Amino acid sequence: MKKTGSQILCESLINEGVDTMFGILGGVVIPFYDTLPQYPQLKHILVAHEQGGAHAAEGYARATGKVGVCIATSGPGATNLVTGIADAYMDSVPLVAITGQVARSLIGKDAFQEIDITGITLPITKHNYLVTDTTSLAGIVKEAFFLARTGRPGPVLIDIPKDVLTGLAEFNYPDHVSLPGYKPKVQGHPAQINKAAKLINDSKKPLIIAGRGAIISESYNELKQLAETAQIPVITTLLGISSFPESHILSYGWLGMHGMAYANLAVEECDVMIAIGMRFDDRVTGKISGFAPNAKIIHIDVDPAEIGKNVRVDIPIVGDIKPILQNLNKAIEKQDHMDWISRMDQLRKEHPSINIRDTDCIIPQYVIRQIYESTQGNAIVVTGVGQHQMWAAQHFWFDKPNSLITSGGLGTMGYGLPAAMGAKVACPDENVWCIDGDGSFQMNIQELGTIARENIGVKIAILNNGFLGMVRQWQELFYQRRYVATPLSCPDFVKVAEAYNIPGITVKNKIDVIPSIKTAMEAEGPFLLNFIVEPEENVYPMVPAGASLSEVLEEPVKKVRCK
Amino acid sequence: MLTTKHTLVAMVTDKPGVLNRAASLFRRRGFNIDSITVGHSELPHISRMTIVVIGNSAMVEQVRKQLEKLVDVIKVADVTGATTIIRELALIKVNATSTTRSEIMQIVDIFRAKIVDVSSDSLIIEATGDEDKLSSFYNMLRGFGIKELARTGCVAMIRGGAKSAAIDKESLKDIQ
Ligand SMILES: Cc1ncc(C[n+]2csc(CCOP(=O)(O)OP(=O)(O)O)c2C)c(N)n1
Ligand SMILES: [Mg+2]
Repeated sequence: MKKTGSQILCESLINEGVDTMFGILGGVVIPFYDTLPQYPQLKHILVAHEQGGAHAAEGYARATGKVGVCIATSGPGATNLVTGIADAYMDSVPLVAITGQVARSLIGKDAFQEIDITGITLPITKHNYLVTDTTSLAGIVKEAFFLARTGRPGPVLIDIPKDVLTGLAEFNYPDHVSLPGYKPKVQGHPAQINKAAKLINDSKKPLIIAGRGAIISESYNELKQLAETAQIPVITTLLGISSFPESHILSYGWLGMHGMAYANLAVEECDVMIAIGMRFDDRVTGKISGFAPNAKIIHIDVDPAEIGKNVRVDIPIVGDIKPILQNLNKAIEKQDHMDWISRMDQLRKEHPSINIRDTDCIIPQYVIRQIYESTQGNAIVVTGVGQHQMWAAQHFWFDKPNSLITSGGLGTMGYGLPAAMGAKVACPDENVWCIDGDGSFQMNIQELGTIARENIGVKIAILNNGFLGMVRQWQELFYQRRYVATPLSCPDFVKVAEAYNIPGITVKNKIDVIPSIKTAMEAEGPFLLNFIVEPEENVYPMVPAGASLSEVLEEPVKKVRCK
Repeated sequence: MLTTKHTLVAMVTDKPGVLNRAASLFRRRGFNIDSITVGHSELPHISRMTIVVIGNSAMVEQVRKQLEKLVDVIKVADVTGATTIIRELALIKVNATSTTRSEIMQIVDIFRAKIVDVSSDSLIIEATGDEDKLSSFYNMLRGFGIKELARTGCVAMIRGGAKSAAIDKESLKDIQ
């Protein structure tokens, strides 16, 4: 019996294990939505803005490792997804974006709400498809999910003309894909692994840098074994945070522009760097010519194009990280590296980096530390972009694997609220905290509506400094405090939340911080905390743009400036 | 690092948009492409692209790997080197009067090119060769006044029995 394209799409999604989608409909996707009631196992969450839908799908994907799914109509619906797709591309998030397209006969005619979304997303998708007939739909969905989740994950877009959705075809879900140009499963080369093992065994000051690849590949145990066997200090990238427990004795924080000074300084001293699933982003390396000047670099990554892209690599190992580390661990000798570890401890002692000053007023770092204490670290933290993001990464301690969800590569303000929503939908039993800035929060504030309607129990903590704080910090440090266009005038966030039927508290006094966090935690559903914090607090340490990691600026002795 | 011309051969599935994907990649990563050609290969549903890129070897290796990352691209090989035959075709419309025609015909002979059209005041010449040969040929003709030049861009093949960019036949069995 033949089925409609819409039915084929639904059944293909079910075959791929999809249970939740985030989207908004419009003219050309009505046929698909019209079919949804036939498939109650496919839950559709209506969002308020397609960007929110895309980030929610990302949050869902990052919390579970499964492919996130978002849907939009043609034209403006599709273009509203673009930021989310780009974000997923930069952070290697498995995402399938489904867009409706005008009927085939109208394509190329500048029809109402026709937009070339496959053209627009060409450089920000792992691959994309314009489906040209109903018969090929099932195979394309199969390929799209396969591409999104395997190898280095990423977003895949499927653009489906309306008449492909209404057209009829036999439905046979294919059991395999045929992609001769795509080889996601690569085994690390044994000779390279042996060379790496020898280099590590002979090293005096080895250092592991773990990136998001270590999380995607779920190499937590292998990473720990490598570090413990040879007593190698572990530093992560921002996106690698929680690949290795931060309370572990061998954990030395994270590196880069706002990473710990001791981590950045260690990079300068190490003699062998084992870079695992990371891509030497400029925010991580600082000035490239000054990066790890004394180290031989071993780079393990599933994406061959990452090898040698930004830094010279001595021993590349291309392939699946987990089996590579398993094999590497077999060849690693027990070591204690006493001198090096004590040097690391000395660096940490001399450059503490993340101490929190004692103040009368509320500083953002303190709020984050209290959320950490109150949840005992048992939470998934999702952030916006800005100072609050860096403080969250610094002052919450991430021991639980995959517990920080943050926009690293694209740095997308407005990511926090919808991504937290997606993470909470994916993991209803986890505590999900959205730590957001007053600027970032307002970029997707409309998703409060979705959170309220679906009763998604996200706890929202706004670090309200009245500024686009991170930009203000650059203006303060590099533009003689000329605060052009950075002061914000925010609405009363608690009133906004209340208008959506979400309870909230504004917190102005330090003694109210802990009780308010408790209140939020005890609330059944979503809860908003609006922390009025010191407005001109800066994020330290800081490696100025273009400087070497060793030129890191540390926190100056602070004037206490309370209102 | 030394900047030189490299010739890459890419085997790609002939899906719509594959040339667009490759071209978009070069533009977005700032790769300096001298020429790009695409046409059928000996395999059904597989096209062959030849890309001439200018850069140092590290950059060219990035081009190769980024290109190979495209889902529709099956294999990319850098075939730069003495064992590669590289050819390009040019059509040149050159001014020719009764006084200059025989001189031009001599040059055409020396370069083993061909006259494919004659009119009272011009000739169209077809020439093949590697880039250097075509460039010197062009320079020789310049003095007569060039009306038009059309070059195809390079195609390349390595000498001997081996394939320039061998792909695993097994992986193609489901392609139609
Ligand atoms: C969509 C988008 N627009 C602009 C920026 C540039 N930007 C980076 S951080 C920042 C300020 C963020 O302000 P807020 O969310 O209040 O966080 P804060 O730094 O104050 O903690 C801006 C404007 C960005 N990253 N993303
Ligand atoms: Mg702010």
